[in-house]
Amino acid sequence: MSLAEYSERSGLRRVGARPSLPSYLAQAWRRRDFAIAMAQYKIEAANHRNRLGMLWIFIKPTLNALMYGLIFGVLQGANRPPNFPMFVVIGVFLFEFFATSMTAGARSITGNGALVQSLAFPRITLPLSTVIQQLMTLVPMLVVMAVYIVVLGAPITTEWLLIIPLVAIFTVFNLGVALIAARLTVHVRDLTQLLPLITRILFYTSGVLFAIDRILKNHPWAVELFNFHPIHEMLTIARGLLMPGMTYPPVYWLYFTIWSVAVFVAGILFFWSAEERYGRID
Amino acid sequence: MAGLTETGDKLNEFMPSEDGRKPVVVVDNVHVEYRVHAAGRKAPGTGRSLLNRTRGLRTVHALKGVSFMAYENESIGVIGSNGSGKSTLMRALVGLTPPSQGAVYAASRPNMLGVGAALIPELSGEKNIMLGGLALGFGKAEIDELRDDIVAFAELEEFIDLPMRTYSSGMQARLKFAIAASKQHEILIVDEALAVGDQRFRQRSEARIREIRENAGTVFLVSHSMKSILDTCSRVIWINKGVLQMDGEPKEVVAAYRDSRK
Repeated sequence: MSLAEYSERSGLRRVGARPSLPSYLAQAWRRRDFAIAMAQYKIEAANHRNRLGMLWIFIKPTLNALMYGLIFGVLQGANRPPNFPMFVVIGVFLFEFFATSMTAGARSITGNGALVQSLAFPRITLPLSTVIQQLMTLVPMLVVMAVYIVVLGAPITTEWLLIIPLVAIFTVFNLGVALIAARLTVHVRDLTQLLPLITRILFYTSGVLFAIDRILKNHPWAVELFNFHPIHEMLTIARGLLMPGMTYPPVYWLYFTIWSVAVFVAGILFFWSAEERYGRID
Repeated sequence: MAGLTETGDKLNEFMPSEDGRKPVVVVDNVHVEYRVHAAGRKAPGTGRSLLNRTRGLRTVHALKGVSFMAYENESIGVIGSNGSGKSTLMRALVGLTPPSQGAVYAASRPNMLGVGAALIPELSGEKNIMLGGLALGFGKAEIDELRDDIVAFAELEEFIDLPMRTYSSGMQARLKFAIAASKQHEILIVDEALAVGDQRFRQRSEARIREIRENAGTVFLVSHSMKSILDTCSRVIWINKGVLQMDGEPKEVVAAYRDSRK
């Protein structure tokens, strides 16, 4: 009798074996309080370190919006969309949620090496926790964003409430992106060096600063392509909801939901299938 | 422990324990290899020609076929010089480092005693108890019940609302131990955790380890202190250069280990 057979007969199980997907997700669900507490405490700890604390959450995107608004407002000249300051504020603030989710998600396993090495829990808790942390910082940011656009002259309408389901779908999308980025960085650490560049590329190709249909008006096929760009869809819906005189194709809700669910499911499967790999230190 | 005093190879055709004791951990011919990117030159005289130099990637064979069995209520000391593979073996036991060959089987998932990595120094001791407890898998209500015991055991009543970074290293170690030891583990691994704190706390933590052991658990103690090994362990495993050198009565194994170091 081999040891493996003997172990099985004695009711022992192989340690570190990846659980089945349903039991993995059930384990992760039981650790939800851990994920939430970690997100909340990390924000608190970060605020302790900076003198202006929580205020930095608003100052950074405000300065970004000011800078981009000025530079690209001048550069675009006549191609500027109407209500350009509002347009940029919404773009910059919402894009920030995506960018930080992806960047922090990518570091969630590699940056928590000691934790991964010392405690056993479903690793999916870590990328999920980072996105929860970003969502917790987004909520006060949204309030500030609303104040800005009201000051800039947007009327408050009941349509604004639709921002809530939009952010919910957006969060699902970001969770998927964070999960994929988390596993990729485990395999290729160098990815963290490339991430700022990837974020920049997405920033300039998502219509954060430009009205796509205006600057690409001579290339209708390219405008057509942007109908399937998830971040562009999200920003277009948000602007349609919040800004006066802006409309959006309602079918974007469907497209963006499909994108989000697909990326999320793919992210979970992709992350889970390498679960045994995350503890290795080579 | 008959049949377990030699290296793992002989276990391939082994017979189950005669006295009917229940095994809780079976380590079956575990190999662990790390592939590391080496930098710089190899030491001279290691016999590798310039032509077949495998630049960069080198394989470190940290464990070379370790096999043993641990039974219920055993308290097993693990000794060996630095770099012998003790910590790698313990990480393989808890499933954090997957073996490249062989496997570890266990009745329930073995856990390392340690929660330090989950804590955040900027936060108060109290919040860290919550965070550490959640990391160990407790529910919020359970932690609320355990909090007073943890604070009392760590003797930090006066300082529990201060940020952890303001604690002395001994106080931090006490808090970490108190949080980690609040969890009843069926199979527990303590990696040199006893060497923290002052004399008095060391004694109390040893007593706590004994208590955990008595509550139907199996404990692995990795330590360089032969005294604490002899005081707390009922069996000792000696790992040397990635192989199981000896396994048996604490006094015998420790004596042989000491002889080899002379």
